[in-house]
This record gives sequence, C-alpha cells and structure tokens, in this order.
Amino acid sequence: MANTNYEKYKSDGSVQGNVLEWFDARFPATSMWRAHLSEYYAPKNFNFLYFFGSLAILVLVIQVVTGIFLVMHYKPDASLNASGIPVAFASVEYIMRDVPWGWLIRYMHSTGASAFFIVVYMHMYRGLIYGSYRQPRELIWIFGSLIFLCLMAEAFMGYLLPWGQMSYWGAQVIVNLFSAIPLVGEPLSIWVRGDFVIGDATLNRFFSFHVIAVPLVLIGLVAAHILALHEVGSNNPDGIEIKKKKDANGIPLDGIPFHPYYTVKDIAVVVGFLIVFSIIVFFAPEGGGYFLEYNNFIPADPLKTPPHIAPVWYFTPYYSMLRAMVWPLLGLDAKFWGVVLMGAGVLVIAFLPWLDKSPVKSIRYRGPIYKGFLAAFLVSFFMLGYLGAQPPSPASEVLSQIGTLVYFAFFLAMPWYTKIDKYKPEPERVTFK
Amino acid sequence: MKANSLKTLVLAFCFAPLAAFANTSVHLDRAPDVQGDPAALQNGAKIFVNYCLTCHGASQLRYNRLTELGLTEEQVKDNLMFTADKIGEQMKIAARPEEQKKWFGATPPDLSLIARSRASGDGSGADWLYTYLRSFYRDENRPTGWNNVIFENVGMPHVLWQLQGEQHFDHENHKLELVVPGQLSPEEYDKQIGDLVGFLVWAAEPEAGLRKKIGVGVLLFLGVLFAAAYLLKKEYWKDVH
Repeated sequence: MANTNYEKYKSDGSVQGNVLEWFDARFPATSMWRAHLSEYYAPKNFNFLYFFGSLAILVLVIQVVTGIFLVMHYKPDASLNASGIPVAFASVEYIMRDVPWGWLIRYMHSTGASAFFIVVYMHMYRGLIYGSYRQPRELIWIFGSLIFLCLMAEAFMGYLLPWGQMSYWGAQVIVNLFSAIPLVGEPLSIWVRGDFVIGDATLNRFFSFHVIAVPLVLIGLVAAHILALHEVGSNNPDGIEIKKKKDANGIPLDGIPFHPYYTVKDIAVVVGFLIVFSIIVFFAPEGGGYFLEYNNFIPADPLKTPPHIAPVWYFTPYYSMLRAMVWPLLGLDAKFWGVVLMGAGVLVIAFLPWLDKSPVKSIRYRGPIYKGFLAAFLVSFFMLGYLGAQPPSPASEVLSQIGTLVYFAFFLAMPWYTKIDKYKPEPERVTFK
Repeated sequence: MKANSLKTLVLAFCFAPLAAFANTSVHLDRAPDVQGDPAALQNGAKIFVNYCLTCHGASQLRYNRLTELGLTEEQVKDNLMFTADKIGEQMKIAARPEEQKKWFGATPPDLSLIARSRASGDGSGADWLYTYLRSFYRDENRPTGWNNVIFENVGMPHVLWQLQGEQHFDHENHKLELVVPGQLSPEEYDKQIGDLVGFLVWAAEPEAGLRKKIGVGVLLFLGVLFAAAYLLKKEYWKDVH
C-alpha cells in the first residue's frame, strides 16, 4: 500500500526540482514510485516463469493501443456491400490492404489475442506450482481468476468482429449454449443476441462490449490484482515468505527493490518476447491456421454451416469438457450439464486457495502424490485442448471424458491428497544460484 | 418453429463435424511458388481478368495495386481494365450477387481471399486451387456438364476447357485422363494455372512481400536491442548475491 509516511519531495532549487516539489505536494508521486517500484521488495530468486506477469501487462497494452487504431477503420455492420460482402468483413480487409500499416496493426492485434492466452496460461501455471494462491494471496488469485474470465469474454466477443464464417458460427454455437438452461434459456439466448440468430444487433453489442465495457473492467481488475500483490508482497519459487527475515531497516533479506533490478530484467524479457512475437506477426501471422483460422477468410454466411466448427485454440480445453458430457441428468439435457461442466472448469480455479491443505506452498517441497496429480492434470489439459480442436469421434469422446475427470479430480481431490502427501522441509531463506 | 430452428442448428453443429470426419483428407498437388516472378504474376493477372473476372469479383483489390507486379498504370488501363474506368477502383464485376444466385444456383465467391480461405490441413490454399483448376471432368449428369474431383457437384463449369481440353474421371481408379486435347499441352496448361494461382496468392495478401521484408529488419533490430538489454541486466545484477 502506498505509504503516506514517505517524505515529500524537497526541491534543490532547480526549475525541475521546483516543478516536482509542487507536483508532489499535490499528488502522491514519489510515495507511489517508492511503494510500487524503488522500495517494493521482490524476492531475488524469481525464475523464468515469473516473466509472464509483466508480459501480460505488455500484451494488454499492445491490445489496447492496436485496438484503438483498429476501431478508427473497422465498421461493425453486418449488411452487405454492393459486391455482396458484409461491410464488417470488408472493413477488416480494407484495414489489411488500404490503411497504411493497417496490416501490421491488425496482425499485432490478432497475434496479441493468442499471445495473451499463452502468457496468461503460463502465469497461472506459475501461480499453481509455487502456491502463489495460498494465504495471504487468496484475493490476488480471485482477482486473477476474474481477469481470466474477462479475458475469455473479451476474446470471444472480439472474435465475432471480423465477421468471417468461424466468427459467425463459433458465436452461434456458444450463444446457443445459453438456450440449454431450463426455462429461461431460450429467451436468454435471444436477449444476448438481440435477434433469433447472430445478426447485426449481436455484432454491434459485441463490438461495444469488446472495445469499451470489458476492457474497462479488465483494466480495473488488473489494477486491483497488482495493488493486492503489492500489499502482501510477491511469492517466489520456494514458496516461503521473505518478509519473515528482515534486516535492521525492515527490508527483507532476500528482497531486492523492484526498480532497478526487475525493471532492467523485464526490459530484456520484453525484448525477448517481442522477438518471438515478431516472428509470428511478420512470418506466420496465421499461426498455422490456429491464430487466424482459414475459414475466417470466408465472409459470414448465415445460410451455410461450415462442416467443422472449432473454437480458437485457447478455448478448446473447455470446449472439450462441454462435448464430454453426453448424459442427460435429472431430466435435463446433456448439453445443459456440458455447459455447467465447462463453467465449473473455469470457476473451480478460483477455489484453489481453499482446496489446497498442504503445509508447503511450492512444488519444490511437495511430495510424489501431488506431483502425480499435477502431471496427470497437465496431460489431461493438453489432451482436452487437442481434442477440442478436432472433429468428434467415439474415441475422442471417451478420451475427453477421462480428461475432464482428471481435470476435476486434480482440484476436487486436492483437500484429500494434499493432506496425506509427504513433504520436504522448507528452507529458511530462498534458494539463489 | 423458432425453437425448432435453434434445435436444428444445434444438431447441425453436433453432427456436421462427423460429416467433416467422413470427408477424409484429399491429396493435393503442390502449386509452384511464383511469388518472386513478376512475369508469371502478370500472366496470372491476365488470365484472371480474362477468364475469372466476369463472374467472380476481387472486390478487395484495387487496379492500381497491379502496378506492384511491375506494370505501369498505362499498361494496367490498356490491358487489364475492362469494366472499370478509374485506376483506383476495386476489381468488381457488373453482375449483381442476387442475379448470379438465380443463374448459377449459388453466388460465385469473391476471389480476393480465396487463396487464404482454401488452406487446410491438406495443403495451402494455393495447392487446393492448383489442384481444383486441373481436376474438372466431363459429367453429363451435371447441369453444366462438368464436375470436379476435389469439389464434388461444383456449381462452376470448366471455364478453361478450351485451354485444357476435356478430362474423363475414372472413379474406380480415382484417375483423371485427358480424352479431348485442348489448345495447350498438359504442361503448358499446368504452367498457366500455376501463374493464375500465383496471382490469387498475391491478391489475397498484397502486403505479404513487404511484411516479410520488414520482418527481417525488425528482428535484426530486436536482436541488437536484446544484446544491449541483456548486458544492462547483467551489469545491474552483479550486486545481487
């Protein structure tokens, strides 16, 4: 928390000094600088998995800035132009061809969407294996789970905007899921679409949500996520609290000021990330048909269902869970339970702080049972992701059912297996080099 | 009715992928890469304008873009512009989509992005087009008299039949054979199709060449920047023990 006891800035008599003094007397400039950067002590033993938090902020900035420029030229209009092409679809191609540097802005935005999920999945995995969700960081984890939820909504609605075949039919399939809810489902899905099928009304409301409503919430949640983190301090790969061992000045012995140490480290990390990002943007912007699906180069046609509708890769693990549920229960459709399962798959992550009963936080000091469950969880997550992108088959149905079971077992059996597992003693100080 | 149509949609969504699964992968011939060959791309543009642009538009592409293939504006105006009078106009067609639907049963798709949308696990969009345009065969059961090996019951007749001649499809051995020779030898025909497909690939993303060129520069810059950033990090972190 920004410590209000920091001394206010005193000018040395120079012009800049006087301006800063004037400013600091009226705004918590130096106190915020010190609380969040120069005197925010982060553990010195961060490894590469700790890159992804700051990279997520970078990708957010890329998406916001490129998004601003895309909105200047994009038209959310489902009507057909004189050549029979939907105006929205044509405006995206107009950006790609006629707007100076439009192709670069658009590819950065489309690649950024996939990059966002790669970075966020890595960030979540890091939190998972080092126990970053444990007391006192439960609230950071909850904010993070909400960010993940917002990100999914943001990506889903953004994907409709190019108004290609996959945009259209993907949205059709997902919005139709609401109709599986008993009693209110049908009117609810019509309310969401603003029409009986995905149409101009849907496109315009998704546009509104994608460019303003969801980003606003997202940025607020990111701020809350970081403020909550700076209140309690960062976890580290050893999962021990550096604040327990402080020097005479109250500075954690294993902590280093975020600025300059982690700011200079993050500069190198950011450039490294941009190298990978640029390789995709400049040499493989379609990402092999996963970042930009081939079918989405065909304008949306409400009368022509594509033979294979698959969501974008980052949704496929959860899409698999939806398809895994094939049994009607309690007089309700299997599809309804599929939706419940899919939603639960996302929400269960938020409950981790209360499911984990182990005496240690980090995987480094956990026992074989946890590691076994984690390995099975990872395998099932990747398997579900793969299966969700494939057309269904009897074999993939069984596999996705097993995968879903393992996914949930990892979370729901956690209170049990973390209690009976063996643990290694945690060190007093962090392991460094 | 409304609920029914929704259910049908959902059902279609559930079963449609099965249909895709049944439609096992097709073998596609590899299209030649002619992106670095302006003469081939110019020839492709000429074939496109003469044979395709009557029914298919390329409404995302402007005529003046063709100057990027090494042509002057005069050359484009004199040789390639038949239906437009301003060089900045898009390559549209006079026929209206609704009318075409009446004539052909389906609207011929706009070809601006066809080379990108036809890509799949089987091959690139270029491979698909290259195979497709060489796989028409005589089929008296079709209203147009033509069918296609990789696009069954296609609505489009074999527009280039005078060049290629007539092929017969042996369904049992899955083999095409030329029964009536055309104006071109098979090799010459393949070359023409290769050029046309090359043009469609270029037309689907005219910025692709520039994109790759800039990409090299960006990566070189980032490489140098990374070295500097890494050394800076090392310098600062010397103090951390």
